[in-house]
Amino acid sequence: MATPLVVSEVFKSFTMHLRDGIKLPVVNDVNFSVASGECVVLGGPSGIGKSSILKMLYGNYAVDAGQILIDHKDRLVDIARADPRTVLDVRRHTLGYVSQFLRTVPRVSALDVVAEPLVARGIAAPEAREKAAELLTKLNLPQELWTLPPATFSGGEQQRVNIARGFITSHRILLLDEPTASLDATNRRVVVDMIADKKREGVALLGIFHDEEVREAVADRILDVSQFSPRKAVAA
Amino acid sequence: MTDTPLLKVSGVSKFYGSRIGCKDVSFELWPGEVLAIVGESGSGKTTLLNCLSTRLMPTAGSVEYRMRDGNFRDLYHMSEAERRFLMRTDWGFVHQNPADGLRMTVSAGANVGERLMAVGDRHYGKIRDTASDWLTRVEIGTDRIDDQPRAFSGGMRQRLQIARNLVTGPRLVFMDEPTGGLDVSVQARLLDLVRGLVNDLGLSAIVVTHDLAVARLLSHRMMVMKDGHVIEHGLTDRVLDDPREPYTQLLVSSILQV
Repeated sequence: MATPLVVSEVFKSFTMHLRDGIKLPVVNDVNFSVASGECVVLGGPSGIGKSSILKMLYGNYAVDAGQILIDHKDRLVDIARADPRTVLDVRRHTLGYVSQFLRTVPRVSALDVVAEPLVARGIAAPEAREKAAELLTKLNLPQELWTLPPATFSGGEQQRVNIARGFITSHRILLLDEPTASLDATNRRVVVDMIADKKREGVALLGIFHDEEVREAVADRILDVSQFSPRKAVAA
Repeated sequence: MTDTPLLKVSGVSKFYGSRIGCKDVSFELWPGEVLAIVGESGSGKTTLLNCLSTRLMPTAGSVEYRMRDGNFRDLYHMSEAERRFLMRTDWGFVHQNPADGLRMTVSAGANVGERLMAVGDRHYGKIRDTASDWLTRVEIGTDRIDDQPRAFSGGMRQRLQIARNLVTGPRLVFMDEPTGGLDVSVQARLLDLVRGLVNDLGLSAIVVTHDLAVARLLSHRMMVMKDGHVIEHGLTDRVLDDPREPYTQLLVSSILQV
């Protein structure tokens, strides 16, 4: 089976220059891979570096050392060293991300926020909006909200817009940062089904899920992030 | 992805006597890419923008621009007339103060139409139609086409300046603090408008701003300047989420949260 995502010997720390340059190690020597059709869940207590790993994979955090290899348009791209233009192209075509919070843009309607990743890939706006409407219906977002900008939505409504936006494309790799955190039981089940669909389509998924029921339902395996924690290494 | 940059900047420096305006700046800008230059007042970002747009001659360095025929030309070795033609047709320059980029005593329609005439359009009816189409795109009522910008609000003037710049279908637009003097609600509207136009038209843009939220919303890539030097450069998300340099960390941590 194809393995579109390989993380190898990745190290990450933060240097806090405003606090006398103290260095905060985040993760050491991270090694794992995710295969197509598999959902790997990052496990371990809060503050152990789970979100940091997702942010490094998506290019939001810089990497001190190591490689993050992504199979992008039939070649391997190392996100740890790729230039901004390549990272943006990988995001547009290969690597999707559902963050915990929606970054809203003033005046853009929920429907267009969801449709945007398809439009960015060159799909005509009416077709993209149709697909967006389909997803928002599936996620039970009331139709009255579709034409409004999501800035004033509740947490759960914003999260559903965010999920629809992340799931609308057929990216080969999907990163999920607690996509079900503020959802009710019905909508959590919808998301679990959507993840199962993605797996059947051969998408490689990597996520953080604190909700045990969701985790049980979607995870093929759990990767314990504490093994990469420098704090554990010091204690041992 | 196209494989040729639109602009190649190497070693651009500008000294005012012994004082540094900007020093040794190099980068490439690609088609469809928006680059934000951020930094506090006096960091050299406007000096750099003026050097790139040839409004100011640098002390050293070169800027090569890919013309529509595909050939690169060194901007600082062009004749004044060639540069002016480029400025009027292939480029736009949006000033912080709309009065610097508009003619305040001719009508809104003429402000937009003037750029079209500069590229050779002569048919009055056609020019007026295009002008009124652009006023609509920047959300100015076509009933205002014969009014002078003096009678417009700050936000409207700024939108008119944008229409005037974009009407000739430029490939590269320079913007100096485009939302600088505006109310936040007016800012949001303008940002959304600029973002939409840049996406729809596939423009490249270089935007100078001290507002990191503006940079986050508009730009793909970001350069942070301090004392005339580029101290950090990268994907906008990366620079803002994981700033590496002490000064960038200070800037990011100084953003007010609402």
